[in-house]
Amino acid sequence: MEFFRIKKDIPFMRHALVFNVISLVTFLLAVFFLATKGLHLSVEFTGGTLVEVKYQQAADLEKIRGALGKAGFSDYQVQNFGSSQDVMIRLPLKGDQNTAKLGETVMQSLEAEAPGAALSRVEFVGPQVGKELAENGAMALLLVILGIVIYLAFRFEWRFAVSAIIANLHDVIIILGFFAAFQWEFSLSVLAAVLAVLGYSVNESVVVFDRVRETFKKVRGMSTPQILDHAITSTISRTIITHGSTQMMVLSMLIFGGETLYYFSLALTIGICFGIYSSVLVASPLVMWLGVSREQFIKQKKVIEGANEEGAVV
Amino acid sequence: MNRYPLWKYITVAIALVLGFIYTLPNFFGESPAVQVSSAKATIKVDAKTQSRVEETLKAAGVEHTGIQLDTNGVKTRLKDTDTQLKAKDILEKAFNPDPADPQYVVALNLLSASPQWLTSLHALPMYLGLDLRGGVHFLLQVDMKGALTKRLDSMSADLRTVMRDKNLRHAGINREGERLVVKFRDAETRDKARNAITDSQPDLLLNEVADGTDFKLVATLKPEAQKKIGEFALKQNVTTLHNRINELGVAEPVIQQQGADRIVVQLPGVQDTAKAKDILGRTATLEIRLVDDSPGALEAAISGSAPFGTEVYTERGGQPLLVKKQVVLTGDRLTDAQPGFDGQTHEPAVHLTLDAAGARIFKDVTRENVNKRMAILLIEKGKGEVVTAPVIRTEIGGGRVQISGRMTTSEANDTALLLRAGSLAAPMDIIEERTIGPSLGAENIQKGFNSTMWGFAAIAVFMILYYQMFGVVSVLALAANLLFLVALLSLLQATLTLPGIAAIALTLGMAIDANVLINERVREELRAGMPPQAAISEGYERAFGTILDSNITTLIAGLALLIFGSGPVRGFAVVHCLGIMTSIFSSVVVSRALVNLIYGRQKKLTKVAIGQIWKPGTASAVNGKK
Repeated sequence: MEFFRIKKDIPFMRHALVFNVISLVTFLLAVFFLATKGLHLSVEFTGGTLVEVKYQQAADLEKIRGALGKAGFSDYQVQNFGSSQDVMIRLPLKGDQNTAKLGETVMQSLEAEAPGAALSRVEFVGPQVGKELAENGAMALLLVILGIVIYLAFRFEWRFAVSAIIANLHDVIIILGFFAAFQWEFSLSVLAAVLAVLGYSVNESVVVFDRVRETFKKVRGMSTPQILDHAITSTISRTIITHGSTQMMVLSMLIFGGETLYYFSLALTIGICFGIYSSVLVASPLVMWLGVSREQFIKQKKVIEGANEEGAVV
Repeated sequence: MNRYPLWKYITVAIALVLGFIYTLPNFFGESPAVQVSSAKATIKVDAKTQSRVEETLKAAGVEHTGIQLDTNGVKTRLKDTDTQLKAKDILEKAFNPDPADPQYVVALNLLSASPQWLTSLHALPMYLGLDLRGGVHFLLQVDMKGALTKRLDSMSADLRTVMRDKNLRHAGINREGERLVVKFRDAETRDKARNAITDSQPDLLLNEVADGTDFKLVATLKPEAQKKIGEFALKQNVTTLHNRINELGVAEPVIQQQGADRIVVQLPGVQDTAKAKDILGRTATLEIRLVDDSPGALEAAISGSAPFGTEVYTERGGQPLLVKKQVVLTGDRLTDAQPGFDGQTHEPAVHLTLDAAGARIFKDVTRENVNKRMAILLIEKGKGEVVTAPVIRTEIGGGRVQISGRMTTSEANDTALLLRAGSLAAPMDIIEERTIGPSLGAENIQKGFNSTMWGFAAIAVFMILYYQMFGVVSVLALAANLLFLVALLSLLQATLTLPGIAAIALTLGMAIDANVLINERVREELRAGMPPQAAISEGYERAFGTILDSNITTLIAGLALLIFGSGPVRGFAVVHCLGIMTSIFSSVVVSRALVNLIYGRQKKLTKVAIGQIWKPGTASAVNGKK
């Protein structure tokens, strides 16, 4: 079996402008949704109480809402979680309530109005914890960006580092844009997925850049766009197969992982799809426009370059 | 060219064997067990306890499948849950004849059912997090300000004593927020007082403030003293929590300091959060009362007619003691209890420190009751025990009390611990709580396992169809990766959570990338007309640089998550980082070893099974030598 039978290098760079316009539009849309709708942050970030209960039969959400209202709660959210038997109740932080006791109060009020609930999970997060988590998340993001830029600049060239990180931050913004647009819950595990995607799709750029560097060293007489086209074409098969495999794993989590892993794998799915797109079609044009050229690689390794002349390259 | 030296094969073989051994315990599951551990600091669990457990079960005719003694206590394996419950009841009755005053914790537990030889190799199953086994997680914030003000209060009493001892007249000592203000009428007294205070209280930082006609000394705690007090408060709170959680009968509680002012409490298997919270928040109390030694009163009390205002308590040694109902002092007034030695007799002793108000009361009471006895009671769960009942020899001022006489060094240690454990050094708030039901935990394991299994299966089928023999090699390498990862997690006893399982799945999905890179490279070299052996060797070598680069960038992201992540994110990051490292080894070294074993020995290799190699009809799209 072989999926990719590509005779000639695909002229990606000829359409570079189109790709960049597309990604600019998606990016701006994502920013728009983030600005207007904002992220639907989970209890972990906002602080508050989350109670998950399980009924033997399909749960009557109206009755549960009534029970909570009678117990004096306000601003609560009641919704099904995964199945019609599972119910998730969210309560915001309130200064005057003894927050740590909320879980029990909720169970007592449910027992009175909508009996038969079994407690599956309670999560209470105090206000300072939520704030810290948000800060730590931002710090982690910053550290990832810095680490990757430094490593790529050291290993390749600053132009590659900058393009790779711009391309992948654009992925991150787009994932966040999806979460804002559809108001999916943004939890800690989604944050982990986003950061993992950042590291993962930088991979993609690295593989292409590796080829670019190699081709620059080996082949003379090709223009920069031609070299980029060649590098992308010769790695496209690997790109699709690798991401396909990773996506199979993620899909398996999406299907079998249950509600807890659902948004985690959803973030990964979006990240993988846009990761392919951005590292191939956003990072490469960026490198081109930043003015990458043969000389930047030849100077460093003249000796090896000569030795490699003999090798056949497709 | 495609042969590994012997040592490389041996390295791979050893790695695989070790991986297999340390993964093995995860397959044996768990067997029900009953754990007996100490409920009190004064009771030690040792070989004697073990034989007592053994005899008790034998007498009751309950068969066990093994008894072991470790740092947590005596653990007895039983063949099923019915026997487990029966054994627990029997042991509970035998070890805690008085249910109101438990000496031991008898708890249900699960022990790994893996054979003894594995356990002796430290091959244990993965340590499951609360979201997988069910239980309660609390994050408690210690109020350090509270600890500091408590300490300052007790220091203000000390200052009063110092002034009086040195005959220095002050116009009032007050605590204002986090500082002590001492007022004087003249500068001379102030200077003298300053010297006296510096000598007696090295922890205080003194500043002179002239405020109108007043001469003031403002004392604040030195930063290092504040730090010391904070550390002490945290340590004591952890000790107190330990003692309290013992009452809950939890088999493997985790009570740990987190950061400078937080404590994590994890109680696996506990469902009754209300009770857990109640116990964590409760204050066991210390009481000091006077003993009624009037002749005949005790005998009368034992026969049922206690004199008015008194009650009978039992002393440590077992003798009854008649104690007045009126409480002189409570544990709230106690700021510290340390084991030590009597300054004159060199007998083991416990040194108590009382706060300002406590010291004053204690001084008055001792002055009025010289040559009488006072009892120090520890009230636990509404039931009191007389820790000691010494005779008051003289008036005791300054808030420093020493309990000595008829104590061994270890008894002094235990008593100090008990007294300290009685109260919290600083108030605590629950700032995070997570409760996970046991069925949800089992469900999470199942979901995580299913995701990994089906994902792995899908990748395996695809890889084998697409790359044939090289696909088989890739899948075997991926399986080896999974083996190493699980073995490493078991070996390190890192906590496995649901995000951790997700990280296993994701890492596997990402790890296949390395093999795809290699296989594609080999195909490419073949397409360019290289002989198979050379193509294999070139493919592996060229792909390696790329694999390293891409894994390092992924690792950077993983490390950032590890450093800044907490809770679920950290669980994810640990597995993710470990997985990246194992994947480099397995996808490069293990797969190469396999390929070398399969193809390396054939001198005239003309064909390798790596799937179809399509060559473009025209010479080539890009020629290397243009």
